[in-house]
Amino acid sequence: MSDALEAFRAEARAWVEENFPPSLAGKGMGMEGELDGDTKADFELWRARLGEKGWGAPTWPQEYGGAGLSHPQAKVVSEEISRVGGLNPIPALAGMGITMVGPTLLEYGTDDQKARHLPATARGEVRWCLGLSEPNAGSDLASLATKAEDKGDYFQLNGQKIWTSGADISHWCGALVRTDPSAPKHKGISFVMLPMDQEGVETRPIRLISGASPFCETFFNDARAEKSDLLGDLNDGWSVVKRLLQHERQSQTSAGSPMASAKSKAIQDVAKEYAGTDDSGALADGDLRSRLVNHLMDARSHSLTVRRITAEAKGQVKVSAAASILKNSATRISQTKSELTLEIMGAQGLGWEGAEFTAEEKNTVREWLWGKAISIYGGSFEVQKNIISKNILGLPETTQKG
Amino acid sequence: MIRDQAQAWATEQAPVAAFRRMRDAGVANRFEPATWESMVEMGWTGILVPETYGGSDLGYLTFGVVLEQLGRQLTASPLYASALVGASAVLLGGSDAQKEALLPKVVDGSEILTLAVDEGPRHTPGTMATAAEADGDGYRITGRKAQVLEGMSATAFIVAANGPNGIGLFLVPADASGVSRTALSTVDNRGYAHVDLVDVRVGGDAHLGDADVLEAVLDRARAGLGAEMLGVASQAFDMTLDYLKTREQFGRVIGSFQALGHRAADLYSQMELARSCAEAALMAVDAGAEDTAELCSLSKAKVGDFLHEMSNQLIQIHGGIGMTDEFDAGLYLKRARALEPLWGNQAFHRDRYARLLGF
Ligand SMILES: Cc1cc2nc3c(=O)[nH]c(=O)nc-3n(C[C@H](O)[C@H](O)[C@H](O)COP(=O)(O)OP(=O)(O)OC[C@H]3O[C@@H](n4cnc5c(N)ncnc54)[C@H](O)[C@@H]3O)c2cc1C
Ligand SMILES: Cc1cc2nc3c(=O)[nH]c(=O)nc-3n(C[C@H](O)[C@H](O)[C@H](O)COP(=O)(O)OP(=O)(O)OC[C@H]3O[C@@H](n4cnc5c(N)ncnc54)[C@H](O)[C@@H]3O)c2cc1C
Repeated sequence: MSDALEAFRAEARAWVEENFPPSLAGKGMGMEGELDGDTKADFELWRARLGEKGWGAPTWPQEYGGAGLSHPQAKVVSEEISRVGGLNPIPALAGMGITMVGPTLLEYGTDDQKARHLPATARGEVRWCLGLSEPNAGSDLASLATKAEDKGDYFQLNGQKIWTSGADISHWCGALVRTDPSAPKHKGISFVMLPMDQEGVETRPIRLISGASPFCETFFNDARAEKSDLLGDLNDGWSVVKRLLQHERQSQTSAGSPMASAKSKAIQDVAKEYAGTDDSGALADGDLRSRLVNHLMDARSHSLTVRRITAEAKGQVKVSAAASILKNSATRISQTKSELTLEIMGAQGLGWEGAEFTAEEKNTVREWLWGKAISIYGGSFEVQKNIISKNILGLPETTQKG
Repeated sequence: MIRDQAQAWATEQAPVAAFRRMRDAGVANRFEPATWESMVEMGWTGILVPETYGGSDLGYLTFGVVLEQLGRQLTASPLYASALVGASAVLLGGSDAQKEALLPKVVDGSEILTLAVDEGPRHTPGTMATAAEADGDGYRITGRKAQVLEGMSATAFIVAANGPNGIGLFLVPADASGVSRTALSTVDNRGYAHVDLVDVRVGGDAHLGDADVLEAVLDRARAGLGAEMLGVASQAFDMTLDYLKTREQFGRVIGSFQALGHRAADLYSQMELARSCAEAALMAVDAGAEDTAELCSLSKAKVGDFLHEMSNQLIQIHGGIGMTDEFDAGLYLKRARALEPLWGNQAFHRDRYARLLGF
């Protein structure tokens, strides 16, 4: 590690130590960011301080609410926050704002759009949702039907979106809409941004198999999106969304747990606890042991690959085709980890509610169920393989025609 | 730079066609002397050796780059056995006098070293019957070493044996009295031998360190082999991808069938992950990293898994052609299965990795 980066680490450490409220150490924030009364004020203080420092979106330019940091510096920031048992709540509070909408706005937005939308997003004050999928447009997103009519200085939206994560609690929505029904399907689409708090927008939460309701059906009935909130060119929404989805994939390449938790026990230690060891200290269940070690090897090779690809890109984490490889590998590792943990816990791993099960046990069940989504959203497991075979290997594509 | 040199040389001077010719001609020791001489001339035998002993001291990652290119062409030579494994033993376990005596000869090719550890069909470096008893100022060694790499061409064996301090390494010249060897004919057509040692008398200066040195040498051997195996598998992948783009059935190239496109995507992803492991192991050795043993087992296991799968898919995706001896796929499959168990197969390294992680 370079001296400059080490010096930066010292600065970051000092700042975190001075500003992180110790009452938050080791506290996760749950999937929907709920907290009890006492910690709530400290949490708000921590969010405000991070936002002011530009560390909600540390790599964004300072003028748009970021801190203008390099990727290695941003990594140092998150390491230093983890070191004190803390979390950076802003990416979660901003919904899709920090990982997807923001980076795309930085590339495609006008100066006015960037100035209006980015700073509040980077402070975690504005939550974004994405209205892309529709009942009949999932993997084949370009077949979407939501209409946007030109009404002079605004677009009037009519149609239905589905699986819109956080729609019921978001302030703004990035939506993909059809602006030219007569053009070929990829050519008549535009990307617009609209406020959720308006008469023409209605959301209905959908309950998931994991018990939570993080996503909704979203209905547009004469909803209004200003012309000044058209991102990219009219009818060029497909380029914008392709880029946006690359950013999404990129944000899903780490094999960590989908739920933010500050610290968790190594899976091999959980296994020893529940399944016992033999005289040599090896896991007593030999079959579990070999599958567990295989999983840990996969996880190690994944993180070595992230490191190698980052190093080869000279520290600039590029949004690249390699993201599809990493997304699938991260998905497999995280789902396998959940399955193994559930298996390790045996009957205790089935706990849904109540005092007979520990918090970790109940969390394992929900995380296992929730984790099934990772291979569906952000381009499914199969769609990523299509991308690898076409974009990296140059094999002819037989799907996604039209 | 050295990658380009190695790639150009291997594809032009020692391609798989040359390996095939060598196989068909039944060359003694299973490598072409001229191939080996060129490697010596290019200085590859000195990649690990410090400049004072005539080498270039470029390290394991560089050696890995060369081995990967040689793996791609299945180039046969004692380079790996002598200049990587043998030289590592001398560097890690040898005294200054031993280094002075051996390393310049490893570099100029006049000495071919090889490590002799296993005694049966499986890799069990922790248990062995071969004994090195103290005998005056030296040792007397008796035992049988199985499937020794380059066993017929080696000029000296580095023999693992139970010595006065537990398992130790001992240098035994191939022409010492009491040494005999039996050439093996194996599916991969490389040069292995069983080596018998009966009351072989060596001096006190034959001792090259103990169990910790053996373990460290084996890890270097595994890291180097990971690179060679990655080369074999990468070439198998390239051949397969090429076939997917050219072979037509049902009126279109077979790579347009999603079943095969997805399989290729899986194999490519596995290759990228395996490459990270192979490089990490070599870099850890170079850096003397604390987790070197873990990474070497990781590399051997993950590259091994990929090579196993890739060599099978090489045949499968080539259909009937893949089954013919005239086509090269079979040569890759055979080399793959011969390298997988060397210094521990995937199961061995998974078990070791688990133990290193404390379960
Ligand atoms: C938890 C969660 C959160 C989500 N959040 C959002 C959100 O915030 N905003 C939003 O717009 N959407 C969101 N989605 C929707 C998500 O993007 C879609 O579910 C996804 O695009 C898949 O579409 P689908 O569900 O219609 O499945 P389908 O596209 O109908 O796919 C069904 C199956 O067919 C496979 N398949 C489809 N096409 C191919 C092909 N060409 N080759 C091979 N196999 C194929 C798929 O891999 C899948 O296994 C979310 C989904 C989940 C699960
Ligand atoms: C030992 C041996 C004995 C044989 N004996 C005889 C014999 O006696 N008489 C005789 O007539 N033939 C014989 N055959 C030929 C055998 O039937 C063919 O090899 C077989 O039909 C496959 O054809 P191919 O080799 O041209 O492979 P290809 O058809 O070119 O297939 C190449 C690869 O593409 C895959 N592939 C092809 N089409 C698709 C698709 N639509 N979707 C997904 N994947 C696809 C295949 O599974 C294969 O992996 C023999 C073959 C062998 C190996």
